[in-house]
Amino acid sequence: MGTRCGIVSPYSPILPLNNGKASAHEAFHFWGRCERMPESLIAIGDALPYLLRGSLVTLIVVVGAMALGLVLGVPLAMGQVYGHWALRRAIAVYVWFFRGIPLLVFLFLFYFGLCTALDINLSAFTVAIIVLGLISSAYQSQIFRGAILSLPEGQLKAARALGMSDIKAITVIILPQALRLSVPGWSNEYSILLKDSAVTYALGVAEIMARAHFVATRTYQQLPLYFAAGMIFLILTWMGTKSLRLLEEKVRIPGYGSSPQLAAESFDP
Amino acid sequence: MEEWLYIQNEVYPALLKGFWVSLQLIIPSALCGLAIGIMIGVLRIYGNRPVMAAANGFVVVFRGIPLVVQLFIWYFGLPYIGIYLNPFVAAVLGFSLCSGAYHSEYIRGALLSIKRGQMLAAQSLGFSKVRMIFSIILPQALRRALPGCGNEIIYLIKYSSLAYMITCIELTGQGKILASNSFKYTEVFLMIGACYLVMTSVASIILNRVEDRLRLPGFEHHRI
Repeated sequence: MGTRCGIVSPYSPILPLNNGKASAHEAFHFWGRCERMPESLIAIGDALPYLLRGSLVTLIVVVGAMALGLVLGVPLAMGQVYGHWALRRAIAVYVWFFRGIPLLVFLFLFYFGLCTALDINLSAFTVAIIVLGLISSAYQSQIFRGAILSLPEGQLKAARALGMSDIKAITVIILPQALRLSVPGWSNEYSILLKDSAVTYALGVAEIMARAHFVATRTYQQLPLYFAAGMIFLILTWMGTKSLRLLEEKVRIPGYGSSPQLAAESFDP
Repeated sequence: MEEWLYIQNEVYPALLKGFWVSLQLIIPSALCGLAIGIMIGVLRIYGNRPVMAAANGFVVVFRGIPLVVQLFIWYFGLPYIGIYLNPFVAAVLGFSLCSGAYHSEYIRGALLSIKRGQMLAAQSLGFSKVRMIFSIILPQALRRALPGCGNEIIYLIKYSSLAYMITCIELTGQGKILASNSFKYTEVFLMIGACYLVMTSVASIILNRVEDRLRLPGFEHHRI
């Protein structure tokens, strides 16, 4: 990638619009002209394959960030629930810091600021994943913390009574249950991350939004193209939450899982 | 010394200017968003079928499409059909509609959590439907929705930085200009981050105060 701090060419990672292939969308174009279809639909049809390739970039960013957030978020949650008070305080500050500052500021801070200051050469794509992942880790740690706290205390005590060490009790007894309980929280986090990933366009990551803007400024079909981008995001959100619900069903242990939540929902003061 | 002069002469005035623009963006958007949210939330529960469907559709669209895309539609997209908004108006419009959709979700949940007895009692006292909603149900529901809505307002403070992307120069925008002139990206953006941290922390303190102030004895929302 040719992007380096200082001079940023936002569109350098973008592939040529039509990869020299004339098949599908040229036919669409032709058909469109024949039917006197509105120009806007032709523009969307032309740009669609290009936008869809961007949705792959978006998905990689989102999945990467979620994975990073998971890897960092679980220990953070553990520390916040079971840790020493100093550790708890430190984690609370971490969460406050990453939840209190906008994504855009973090992106600029990391990409233009820290990467240059520390002389690290990272692409916008990598920075986007790291920043989204760090922010997500703060949010995910709270999801896990809620899940751990919602488990009955007897679980840990029973594990200790059976002679398990603290570490073993947490990793074998608490963690598997807490992870199951946090799937609904994840599906929320997924849709937030998906929408936030559109902001990484500011660094020039070639995701859906950047591509829609790129095509729109050349074809002057702004409204239809942004609308198409929005629709792709809607579909991706829908698909993601649907598949996470399937995951929730799949990992559920009969008799366990949704009970604390059901209790929380049916609570009527 | 030089650093200090730079901060005093350039950073401080610019950030102050940006801060005011940010506040001018956030406060109207929060108020309009709350109003839209209450309206949509009520329509989603008490509206007739087509109204309910329309309100649900509104929420799906405005929650499902990223805010950046919405802002781009308002600012760069609308000229396509001959409507020209200035960046500030486009940003406020985008923020209000988007946060309205989120608010409506919390308000809907709160409305559903009000016990049916309240409604039946109001009806038996001869309240009309509109009167019942506005004098009996909503005052209770709004108190319950307040923690969620407060969260949404804090999100709004953070998302106000996106106005920079449609060329409305607020705090982040001022920071970007400063930083690209002086190449002090780390320092400037850390300062901007601190400004946002102060804003979100102060907002959450104020919202907690409001929540305490509005609490009715005997009707506390039980936190789980």
